[in-house]
Amino acid sequence: MVRLDGVGLHYDRSGRPGTEALRDLSFSVEEGGFRWLLGPSGAGKTSLLRLLYLAARPSRGRLTVFGTDIGRAARRDLPDLRRRIGMVFQDFRLMPHLSAFDNVALPLRLAGVPEARSRADTIEMLRWVGLARQMEARPAELSGGEQQRVAIARAVVGRPNLLLADEPTGNLDEVQAERLMVLLKEMNRLGATVIVASHNEALVARHAGPELRLEHGRLVDHG
Amino acid sequence: MAKPPSRPPARFDALGLRRALGDRMLPLLVAAMAFLAALALAGSAGAAALVRHWQEGAAAALTVQVPDPTTPLPQSGDGPEATRVDRALQVLRASPGVAGARALSAAELADLLRPWLGDAGASPALPLPAVVQVHLSGLGPDVQALQARLQVAVPGTLVESHGTWVQRLAVLAESLQVCAWLVLVVVVAVATAVIAVATRAGLSARRDSIEIVHGLGATDGYIAARFARRATWLAGLGGLLGALAAIPVLLALASLAAPFVSAAPQEAAPTLAGDPVRLLADSLDTLPAELWLGLPALPVAAALIGLLTAQATVRRWLKRLP
Repeated sequence: MVRLDGVGLHYDRSGRPGTEALRDLSFSVEEGGFRWLLGPSGAGKTSLLRLLYLAARPSRGRLTVFGTDIGRAARRDLPDLRRRIGMVFQDFRLMPHLSAFDNVALPLRLAGVPEARSRADTIEMLRWVGLARQMEARPAELSGGEQQRVAIARAVVGRPNLLLADEPTGNLDEVQAERLMVLLKEMNRLGATVIVASHNEALVARHAGPELRLEHGRLVDHG
Repeated sequence: MAKPPSRPPARFDALGLRRALGDRMLPLLVAAMAFLAALALAGSAGAAALVRHWQEGAAAALTVQVPDPTTPLPQSGDGPEATRVDRALQVLRASPGVAGARALSAAELADLLRPWLGDAGASPALPLPAVVQVHLSGLGPDVQALQARLQVAVPGTLVESHGTWVQRLAVLAESLQVCAWLVLVVVVAVATAVIAVATRAGLSARRDSIEIVHGLGATDGYIAARFARRATWLAGLGGLLGALAAIPVLLALASLAAPFVSAAPQEAAPTLAGDPVRLLADSLDTLPAELWLGLPALPVAAALIGLLTAQATVRRWLKRLP
C-alpha cells in the first residue's frame, strides 16, 4: 500500500544540505494496516503526511503509494490516486465560503458520484459526527471542535483506501476524540490503511498499535 | 435537523469564484475593449465601402474634353456636316463598351466652374472645351484605342480616365483598413491581458481553496473549467455591453458617411426631421452588412477570449502544484 525506500524531502529547491525535512526514510505499511505517527514538534510528521497525501514528491529515494512510484508518476495520474486518500488536517482546511454540507460533499462531487448518492452519504456522515443541525453553517459559524468534525467527515465520506490524520483530536473533547478513534478503527477494520499523527500520549496508550517514531526527519522507531 | 441544500452540482461554486472574479470590473473593461473593436470594425467596413464605391464609380465613367466644340469638321463621305463635339459623340456612341455619352450643358459647365471662377464661370471670356460624360458598360472600352480613334476623328480630343485618382484614394482607404485591423489586434491583445490579470488575481484570492480541491483529487481540467466558465460569462457580458453601446455611435457615423458611399446621397442620408420609425429604419439601413455580422460576433469573440485565456492562465499556474 505505502512503501518508502531511502526517501528524503527538502523544501529548498537549491537542494542545499541541511535543509532536508525528511532523511533516508525506509518503511512500508501493508494494505489494511494501522500506524501511529509519533515524534516531537518539528520531527517531520507533517512533512511525511504531505508526501503520503501527494502534496509533495520526494526529493530523493522512492515512494510507492497504491503500487505507483510517486516520484516518476505523470502529473495527470495523481488526481485519481488522491481521490483514494482521505486526509484530516491539523488546521482543518475547510472551504470558508461553503457550508458544512458542501464541504463534506466536495470529495464525492469531485469524484463524479451521482448527486443523490452524494447527498445521502454526506447526510449520513454529518449525522455520524453530530452535525446534523449545522449542515448549512459555514466554517466561521462553527466552533473549533465542530470544524474538526466537518474535516473528519470530509476525509472519510469517500471511503478512502488510505486515511491520514494530522493531530485529529487536537480540538476535540474526550468524548469526541474517542468517537473519532472508533471511526478510524472502523475504517481500518473495513480495509482502509490508517496513519495517525498525534501528540496525545494518553490516546495512543488507550489505542495501542504499531508506531512510526520520527526525530529530526529520521525514523528512529518502526514497529 | 436542518434541511440539507439541494443545489445542483452544475451551479456548485466550489472555488467561490463569484466573489473572486467580480462581476463589475472585468465586464466593464471588456465592454470598453468591445466598444473600441466595434469602432475599428466600422472603420474597416467604412473604408472597404468607400474603396468599392470609388472603384465602381471610376470603372463606370470617363470624361472626354473636346476643344473648339462648335467648329464644323470637313464632311466625310455622304454624311452631313457636323461640329467637332457631334463627331466626338458619334465616335463614342459607336465604340464598344460605351453605354452612353452626353455633352454637359453650358449651365452644368458653369456649375462645375463656379467654385473656382464664381459667377464669371457662367460667361467665361476664354473659349471652353466641351465636356462629354461617357457611361461605360461591361468591362468598358480600351481607353488607349478610344483615344486613338478620337484623335483621328476629332484631333485634340482628350480622354480622361478617373483611375489614377481613384487608385490613390483606394490605397489611402486600404491603408485605413489595415490600421483598423491593427487596432483590432491591439484590442484583442489588451482584452487578453485584462482577462489574464483578472484570472491571476482570482487565483491568488482562491489559492487556499485551489490547493484544497487539488489535494482532494480535482484535476487541472476541473479547476481550469471553473475559472474558464466564470471568465467566459463575464467577458461575454462585457462584449455584449460594448457592442450595444457602440450601436448608436456607429449609426451616427454611418449617417455621416452615407453621402460618400451612396449612389443617391440625398435619399440615403437620414434627415433629422420626420417619422422616427422611418428615421430609425433608415439609420439601420446605413450600417454596412459586415457590421451586422461583426457586432453580434463581438460578445462571442469576447467570450471565446475569456474561455481560452482563463484556461491557459489557470493551467499554467497549476503547474506549480505537484
